[in-house]
Amino acid sequence: MKNTRTLRTPGGLSVRLDVRAFTVVVLLLAAALAASVVLIGTGDFPIPAGDVLRTLLGGGNPGQEFIVTELRLPRVLVGLLVGASLGLGGALFQSISRNPLGSPDVLGLGQGSTAGALVVIVLFSGSATQVALGALAGGLATGLAIHLLAWKRGVHGYRLVLVGIGVCAVATAVDGYLLTKADLVDAARAVVWMTGSLNGRDWDQVWPLLALCAVLVPLVLGQGRGLRMTEMGDDVAYALGVRVERVRLLLMVSAVLLTAGATAAAGPVGFVALTAPQLARRLTRSPGPNLVASMAMGATLLIVADWASQRVFGADQLPVGVVTGVLGGLYLLWLLVTERRAGRI
Amino acid sequence: MSGLGVPDTNDTRSTVNRLRADDVTLAYDRRVIAERLSVEIPDHSFTVIVGPNACGKSTLLRALSRMLRPSQGRVLLDGQAIQTMPAKKVARTLGLLPQSSIAPDGITVGDLVGRGRYPHQGILRQWSGEDERVVRESMAQTGVAELADRYVDELSGGQRQRVWIAMALAQQTPLLLLDEPTTYLDIQHQIDVLDLCAELHEEQGRTLVAVLHDLNHAARYATHLIALRGGRVVAEGPPKDIVTAELVEEVFGLRCQVVDDPETGTPLVVPAARRARTRVTAREAS
Repeated sequence: MKNTRTLRTPGGLSVRLDVRAFTVVVLLLAAALAASVVLIGTGDFPIPAGDVLRTLLGGGNPGQEFIVTELRLPRVLVGLLVGASLGLGGALFQSISRNPLGSPDVLGLGQGSTAGALVVIVLFSGSATQVALGALAGGLATGLAIHLLAWKRGVHGYRLVLVGIGVCAVATAVDGYLLTKADLVDAARAVVWMTGSLNGRDWDQVWPLLALCAVLVPLVLGQGRGLRMTEMGDDVAYALGVRVERVRLLLMVSAVLLTAGATAAAGPVGFVALTAPQLARRLTRSPGPNLVASMAMGATLLIVADWASQRVFGADQLPVGVVTGVLGGLYLLWLLVTERRAGRI
Repeated sequence: MSGLGVPDTNDTRSTVNRLRADDVTLAYDRRVIAERLSVEIPDHSFTVIVGPNACGKSTLLRALSRMLRPSQGRVLLDGQAIQTMPAKKVARTLGLLPQSSIAPDGITVGDLVGRGRYPHQGILRQWSGEDERVVRESMAQTGVAELADRYVDELSGGQRQRVWIAMALAQQTPLLLLDEPTTYLDIQHQIDVLDLCAELHEEQGRTLVAVLHDLNHAARYATHLIALRGGRVVAEGPPKDIVTAELVEEVFGLRCQVVDDPETGTPLVVPAARRARTRVTAREAS
């Protein structure tokens, strides 16, 4: 009840707003936007931020326009969408499993997508689009496997995490096997894909991901209130009139689709799904699943990490997945240590 | 909308009670807990279900609150099969305080109680003036108003249970089911919670159904008692009429005396001394 504002209309409609969460989302979006402009200006041919903005608004010279709209804007858009999808997917998984470790990184969705992509790369030497489809299929199959194995009158926290860890181990083994079968060229391509990178992403990756988000994000946010109730336990949620199994199944499928879609577009960018919801939650200081804040945080994290990977190590040298992996890995360690101290694991 | 929550005496003066289980068979997977059980909850009663461990009392409560779908038979709420009714509509009529509730990390008392308003809300009706009023009242009734801005994790067990009851009250249901609301509380807080329940029953005319472990608490607070054993109703009625030494022995397998509670005049169960009981067991064995 503290820090909330309620907007009411005479017609009996009312909308409730958590002031702090709203401020956090606005600031994160502003940060993501600023980082995007800087990122578009970064590269072998640097463009000042003012020119970037002018070009985006349709007023730049033809050379800048080509570089901005054809080369760098789609890359940044893919980054924003991938980050937002991973943030949202992670927030959903963590809320459903009631455990910060119940995120797609730990559950092996990324490894499952990788297996799908590697099958296409190694066995069929497929095109980039086919690799993306393979990754999508791999992610969905992994999600289904986790769901079936963890299913017993609904999916629950630790069972989901433990089954996910097992599935992750199997998928990693499959990835390793496929790599040993690959010839040198395919193996190099596979390894680049496996780190997760935004290099060379263009409009072909933007549109499918945008369409996926356009469908899933409103759907998920519409169920957000029900999800918040399930955080008090299934029985309480049932008693309050939430159709728990339906909400959970719908949100699990959405989370798997979001994560698999993001992975298909950029490869398995590590740890964004784990860290974004946790960081968002610490900023908003609000219990609930913090869906919107996690999305904004994911997008911001990914863009800043991509900028860092270009800025610190030179353009196109370091895939963004390495940066998020290092930062996210450290965060995971910190999380494990503090959770241990709090006696929760 | 607001009329839904408050029990309407004119409306409920029908001959049929609002909540009943009609010939239900209750089972988890294949394990049958109760077969062809019929139970009726008298309107405006404080009904307490008692029985030994594993007699199916919590299972019955779960079925009455539609957490558990009967494998046969139906639970009827206002004459309609509860499983076929819209979930939010049921939630505006029947509330449940389960044993397994989790307070989310970092939630305040006010927020938690506010969540009880969920069945009255929608995506465009997220927090009405009515919601605010009911939450304030619920917290006042349970004596947690001054804790509104405190975090639930910081509270004592007794306070926390009061907060959960406040949340269930905010749901504004004429029927309220409580699954062992006194478990894990010390004696003073047990009585405290039961007093609160009696208050809700007497002053607001809500129908309360609780599962309790302590037979003496049940006999003191209930207006209607249901004694279960092995998934069957052994006896039901006002505690004064049905609680006898024979019934306690039949239901719990315990030799005892039943005397008048010096405070309230309700039946008080005093277990027989160990020697008296072992003599009986020895005689039965021979």
